[in-house]
Amino acid sequence: MAHDSSGDDGAAAHEFGGDRVTDSSDRPDGVLDPRARRAIWVLGAAIGVFGVSFGVLATTAGLTVAQACAMSLLVFTGASQFAAVGVIGAGGSLGSAFGSALLLAARNAAYGVAMAPTMAGRSLGRRLLAAQVLIDESTAMATAQPGRVAREHTFWATGLAVFVCWNAGTALGAVAGDAIGDPEALGLDAAFPAGFVALVMPHLRSRRGQVAAAGGALVALVLVPLAPAGIPIVAAALAVVPAVLFAPSPSPTGRPDGGEGPA
Amino acid sequence: MSWWAILGLAGAAYALKAAGLVGLGPRAVEGTALRLAALLPAALLPALVVVNTFAADRRLVVDARAAGLAVAVALAWRRAPFVLIVGLAAATTALVRAAA
Repeated sequence: MAHDSSGDDGAAAHEFGGDRVTDSSDRPDGVLDPRARRAIWVLGAAIGVFGVSFGVLATTAGLTVAQACAMSLLVFTGASQFAAVGVIGAGGSLGSAFGSALLLAARNAAYGVAMAPTMAGRSLGRRLLAAQVLIDESTAMATAQPGRVAREHTFWATGLAVFVCWNAGTALGAVAGDAIGDPEALGLDAAFPAGFVALVMPHLRSRRGQVAAAGGALVALVLVPLAPAGIPIVAAALAVVPAVLFAPSPSPTGRPDGGEGPA
Repeated sequence: MSWWAILGLAGAAYALKAAGLVGLGPRAVEGTALRLAALLPAALLPALVVVNTFAADRRLVVDARAAGLAVAVALAWRRAPFVLIVGLAAATTALVRAAA
């Protein structure tokens, strides 16, 4: 685990052809790292509270209870949902609601690419299902884990927990109104960046990860005042290019799996 | 907001999610593409942190969230447990906000 950032996925790639579940760095099937389990509870609780505030906002913006719940079940991308009902509630056009929602959802395409190596060996049905719970939290939690099997378990556990909490929260907020109060008064809007800071740490062990992280933060800082919401995050994906081109590869042979990968 | 709009948004959001995860076969995620894919979270997570902490619409601001982030970075640096990092960051932001 000393230097697994880009290394693990290299190791995972070698498993495609052969025995995929004998990854020695992984726990037995179905066993989740206890630290990951606790982190999932924390994320789920915070997301539940935001789900309540989404339910309140959506019904205030004129959506029916059924529509608010359907949106959380089917769209299931928090930032996009807030943007869409925010624009509608403020009297904006459907086009601009769609535009801002989809710009915010565009980063999920990058998460799909990031998670593809972990899911590539799975059936089409499983991957179609996984796509629905592919969001910030599931990708961040999964890619912070060492080894493909641990990543896959953590992805599903986080994705399903967030899905349940977000939808339960939405239903509660849409039906009961603002029962919990303002999530921002509880500082919960700071919970997500704090969680992402914790989850980016394993990626910072390699020089490439450090370059990608610094580049991504810089791109976002520069673009926030210049581009609509959503663009600064998607554009940060470009930071992987200088990281691969200019940072030294993790092993002397230039292979991506130079770490202690089990392959 | 009509049901058609909700279904349309759901379809478009799902297509974005599925594009990479389902569209890329095992062969597409080897070699250089694999190295790039593995680095994506390293690039995107700090961008999420920046946007969630310093963006207010299209302005950069330093407010109570920044205090929470400072606490989170310090704790993550010291390898504190996730629960502590998130809990103390939220508490710090709430306190700074209440005091302001």
